[in-house]
Amino acid sequence: MISNEEVRVLIQGVETADSSDKLLSAVKALAAVRHEAAIPTLIDVLRYNNPGAAVAAVDGLIDIGEPTVTPILEQLDGYNYGARAWATRALAGIGDPRALDLLLEAARGDFALSVRRAAARGLGNIIWSKMPINEVKSQQLQTLETLLQVAQDPEWVVRYAAVVGLQNLGMSATSFNPDLLHHIIEQLRDKIMDDPDIAVRARVNMALQILNAQP
Amino acid sequence: MSNFQENSQVDSSAGNISADGGSLTVEEAIANLKQREDPSLRYYAAWWLGRFRVNEPAAIEGLLEALQDETDRAPDGGYPLRRNAAKALGKLGERRVVPALIECLKCPDYYVRESAAQALEMLGDNRAISALIPLLDGGVQAAQKVPGKPHLTQPYEAILEALGTLGAVEAASIIEPFLDHFTEKVQYAAARAMYQLTNNSIYGERLVQALEGNDLQLRRSALMDLGAIGYLGAAEAIAETLAENSLKIISLKGLLEHHLENSSLEEGLSQESLRIMKLMDQLL
Repeated sequence: MISNEEVRVLIQGVETADSSDKLLSAVKALAAVRHEAAIPTLIDVLRYNNPGAAVAAVDGLIDIGEPTVTPILEQLDGYNYGARAWATRALAGIGDPRALDLLLEAARGDFALSVRRAAARGLGNIIWSKMPINEVKSQQLQTLETLLQVAQDPEWVVRYAAVVGLQNLGMSATSFNPDLLHHIIEQLRDKIMDDPDIAVRARVNMALQILNAQP
Repeated sequence: MSNFQENSQVDSSAGNISADGGSLTVEEAIANLKQREDPSLRYYAAWWLGRFRVNEPAAIEGLLEALQDETDRAPDGGYPLRRNAAKALGKLGERRVVPALIECLKCPDYYVRESAAQALEMLGDNRAISALIPLLDGGVQAAQKVPGKPHLTQPYEAILEALGTLGAVEAASIIEPFLDHFTEKVQYAAARAMYQLTNNSIYGERLVQALEGNDLQLRRSALMDLGAIGYLGAAEAIAETLAENSLKIISLKGLLEHHLENSSLEEGLSQESLRIMKLMDQLL
């Protein structure tokens, strides 16, 4: 395990980087150690308006996982739009249920299609076992309804992501809620199969193939 | 390439912002195109009709008239309205405008010629082939920079890409030397056309190599070219290259669509389709 002192040096590297390239390598180095002490700095990088560094920071936050969720949610309100979008992507990758409301909202209504796309995919990654058992069923239903709505988005790539989200929701829900799986299969077959875009229809086919093979 | 850039905004920070629908109605746009008092309204209307694909007789007529415009002149002597009108006509799918666009290939304004070549590519009418080939006269030697201008003597990229898309097999031997042109973008356009005309993976691999280059703009350009020609061998390289996920997804979608053209979804998904979609999933 890397020492706190070593993490401190890597953090300093991010804070003192004086070029885009240096910042990118410093963020990558800091992300690579997967250390909780790196979390505040990685979150801070999301504000820098440097897409390369933000991608590396998002990947780093996703790798660290659950411990990053509370700090991200706590700081979210103070963010500019760009940083919020990157934070939403990180939360989508982690799948912690505490971010569910935020992802539902982002998937339905964010103005950037890349955020709707990431959020829709993230809704399929929710780790339901981390949610109080008495809430799971109603929250899954709400997630399903949102994804079905997102599957009508004007942008093909958002609809594609909704199909991916539905597939993964179906797979993660089976042990809690087998009815949900059947419902998802039905909806994919009857409604979303008519999508105007052949790439989306192909993805629906793939999802059905995978979901129908579920026990 | 340039069609792509116009149609989708590049995902630079958090993502694409869908284009503003504008406050015009179809009737207003057509009226703005027909009026003569305000050139800027006319210019915007031409763009708008293409952007929202208003394929109505009145729009087509207005745009055809705009191709002849003499009033709206740029400081460089160019014809801004003609450029927009030609681009718009490319998007409306109406093939009766092909002869008028072919005429535009002779326009003294480079950008009108470029817009017309791109529009003819989009319309997919092979009557354009014999009009496009003469623009390559003089071969690579003639394809030099115009002094004081940011462009070459002809819109070579657009011409080569159009010839490839239109399946101008007879032009292959004229196109091939452009693989050695001194600008990368022209080389890629030639590689792209040669792949479309021959299906030889040598040319696809040439574009795959471009994905490993140092210049982001050129990698983006190669992504769009690979998507346009649907070169399956590029899938993994597309997913790996350093560029925005949005562009990689669009490129992979091109591969997927091209592959699906020759198969039916009812027959089940091929291994190639599944492979491409798994790559796309990871980029969402």
